[in-house]
Amino acid sequence: MQTANLLPLVLVLAVVAYLLAYSRSRAVAEPIGGIRNLKSLPFYYAARASLWCAIPALLVLAAWAGFEAKVIQAIVISSLPSELAPDSAGRASLLLSQISNIASGRLSPEFAPDGVVAAAELLETLRAQSKTFMTILVLLIAVLGASFAWTRVAPHVNAREKVEKTLLRIFFVCAAIAILTTLGIVFSVIMETFRFFQHIPFWDFITGTSWSPQMALRADQVGAEGAFGVIPLFTGTLLISVIALLVAVPTGLLSAIYLSEYASKRVRSVAKPLLEMLAGVPTVVYGFFAALTVAPFIREVAEAVGLAASSQSALAAGLVMGIMIIPFISSLSDDVINAVPQTMRDGSLALGATQSETMKKVIFPAALPGIMGGILLAASRAIGETMIVVMAAGLAANLTLNPLDTVTTVTVQIVTLLVGDQEFDSPKTLSAFALGMLLFVVTLLLNVIALKIVRKYREQYD
Amino acid sequence: MTDQRSQADIVRRSLKKRYRKERRFRAYGVLAISIALGALVILFADIIGKGWTGFIKTTVTLEVVLDSQSMYLDDPTDADQRAMADFAAPIIAALQKQVPEAARSQDLRQLYRLVGTYGSNDISDLLRANPEMLNTTQTLTFLASDAVSVYVKHRDNPSYSVRLSEQQQQWVDQLMEKGVIKTAFNDVFFTSGDSREPSNAGILGALVGSLLTLVVTLAIAFPVGVAAAIYLEEFAPQNKITDFIEVNINNLAAVPSIIFGLLGLAVIINTFGMPRSVPVVGGLVLALMTLPTIIISSRAAIKSVPPSIREAAEGIGASKMQVVLHHVLPLAMPGMLTGSIIGMAQALGETAPLLLIGMVAFIVDVPDGFFSAATVLPVQIYLWASSAEQGFIELASAGIMILLTFLISMNALAIWLRKRLERRW
Repeated sequence: MQTANLLPLVLVLAVVAYLLAYSRSRAVAEPIGGIRNLKSLPFYYAARASLWCAIPALLVLAAWAGFEAKVIQAIVISSLPSELAPDSAGRASLLLSQISNIASGRLSPEFAPDGVVAAAELLETLRAQSKTFMTILVLLIAVLGASFAWTRVAPHVNAREKVEKTLLRIFFVCAAIAILTTLGIVFSVIMETFRFFQHIPFWDFITGTSWSPQMALRADQVGAEGAFGVIPLFTGTLLISVIALLVAVPTGLLSAIYLSEYASKRVRSVAKPLLEMLAGVPTVVYGFFAALTVAPFIREVAEAVGLAASSQSALAAGLVMGIMIIPFISSLSDDVINAVPQTMRDGSLALGATQSETMKKVIFPAALPGIMGGILLAASRAIGETMIVVMAAGLAANLTLNPLDTVTTVTVQIVTLLVGDQEFDSPKTLSAFALGMLLFVVTLLLNVIALKIVRKYREQYD
Repeated sequence: MTDQRSQADIVRRSLKKRYRKERRFRAYGVLAISIALGALVILFADIIGKGWTGFIKTTVTLEVVLDSQSMYLDDPTDADQRAMADFAAPIIAALQKQVPEAARSQDLRQLYRLVGTYGSNDISDLLRANPEMLNTTQTLTFLASDAVSVYVKHRDNPSYSVRLSEQQQQWVDQLMEKGVIKTAFNDVFFTSGDSREPSNAGILGALVGSLLTLVVTLAIAFPVGVAAAIYLEEFAPQNKITDFIEVNINNLAAVPSIIFGLLGLAVIINTFGMPRSVPVVGGLVLALMTLPTIIISSRAAIKSVPPSIREAAEGIGASKMQVVLHHVLPLAMPGMLTGSIIGMAQALGETAPLLLIGMVAFIVDVPDGFFSAATVLPVQIYLWASSAEQGFIELASAGIMILLTFLISMNALAIWLRKRLERRW
């Protein structure tokens, strides 16, 4: 049976267990004078039964579904005769896809070696066996769990306590998923990054000024080496982010000041949600706008004033990204400006300062750390943004600071390296994970610093 | 005395300048807001302007004589015969009847190019389904070819290049006057999957893919997020582990989305051997991505339930878990739902992580389950926007309009929920 069908079946079993345990707890309570003489309400006996039924079964199911494919692959590969046994990971994955294509009938077995055909048959039988075995095992565990709980429906058993303890454990596991996700990210990028640095020295990666991740098919090919210098990618990312911040910081900050200090309630209630709409627009829409409207426009303008602009310019991507992060800056600055105590404002106004003088000389300096935190958060947003640059910034890794030129960014390279089929032992693919690592570390640092600043600032005025 | 007066004079004299500065500062603020809102307006206007033609299709309606001789077909139920048959012949004959001056075989070939690539397939499918129609005359409507479609819809737009010869343009004008070539509401766009031909491409496949992916995301992220929020807010002891979890959640909320794509690729696909391009994997990745949003908003909702409720429940003997599940959770539910809808809207618009787990494949069929290869709305928009064929641009903007409609209605629902159900204490 398919994993997808087994899941609802287990849930149905859990419901059945619930109903059975419920009626049994009532039956148990009857001779001793009603449910008031049970240690727990019937609901808890029933809930305990369905937990015992579902949780172990689902854990086994998840583990099985998670490791089934890998284990079967390992068995199939080891069954191959020695002359066919793969000598590298790339060869192994090729063989595996050939085997599974033959097994599923997409590839005719006529042209494949006998060993491979036999392996395909083995794969088929293993898959079928695994499915049957898993179905039986999962259902057996579910029934066993339910029947254990069924035997534990008795007046002296405190089912409520047990159910609550289990629930608490489930809640804890859910909270810990955040840690697991972080670990997963770190694990996945570190492993591949480590493998990447076995091919390419760390120092060359960090200080190299040329990026062309092509790997040769033959050793004697021209340019067979490939260059993995990350400097052009980082200047590209920084160039676009700086343009974006140059657009977003003044606009966002001044909007926030106007909305919090000058605007009437009505203007505020209309303008604020509209500004926030800019944050809700999907990045692919901004990418579309940047690539098909802003970039051609910039090119035309640049040509009209006699400058050479490429059709995919850093300026187009940066401008549109700037529009995207205006609401981040404005809502964060709005918060910190509002957090400045009213007494400071009143004091300044009472001394005869105008509103703008109060803003510039009193509130802004007081709010500055919080605003800096907001800008850092926006910067990390800009560095990690993907779709706008994928669609509008281009692929050529130019080491340039000319905003009318095409540049490429870390995120663009990750996407181009990993979209489509890839082999997992070439430095080309692995370099994407090294870039991911770099991106993760940089944005994490920015976030940690920004959150620290914002928190410190908040404590100051609380 | 004189000192004071001179100071007052200085102040008075500087007043004009200071007020001017004040007004200038205010104007900067208005300018900034106008820039931001102007950008929003331009963005929407640009997309609507580029995309409204995506909702229009161009059709060719012809009286087609389905005679067996010209098609070399006696038995439409026979697959071998169908494979050999010439289904273009009746269309060419019908077109020639409308444009009598086209006589040379070269002209006829040009004429046939006015009808879309799949015109002959339509006749083949029709005859297979209704074999009795052989040797009858039918009025059939075909999709016009993409070149005709671009010519009809965008002939005045300089950014489109018309790829019809002068002769063909003349014919199209003639046929439009006769009412053979018409424009109509593009129902194909809403009823089919992707295609290599812009006029046959639709958004349904991507819509269904998005729906399946979101179902998985919601099914994972909502219960896990709510459970995590309950633990952290109500049960977590003040210790290092709890602190670490909290720092983790705050940082995860700010990790670039593409990193979650790397996680999905390395862990879910490579380590656990799950298939690529399927809604289950996409949904899992998006669930991990939206989890922090849901946890943070659910915690805020739990925090807003006043302690008096908890104390009252505890006072009549409820256990801690009963207090939470029977009283706090129902009262916090509207806030949690609002946060989850916003998280789902975020997931619906997300593209980058899905590119890495292979949801960018060219998929014609509408996905029929959680394990069938699919793409999603934003990825479909990306694919169309980066396609070289000019007819896809309007489809991409039309797709954006649909995506934005969904997002705006989801956000409106969240705001409505907040206004309607959220209680202020």
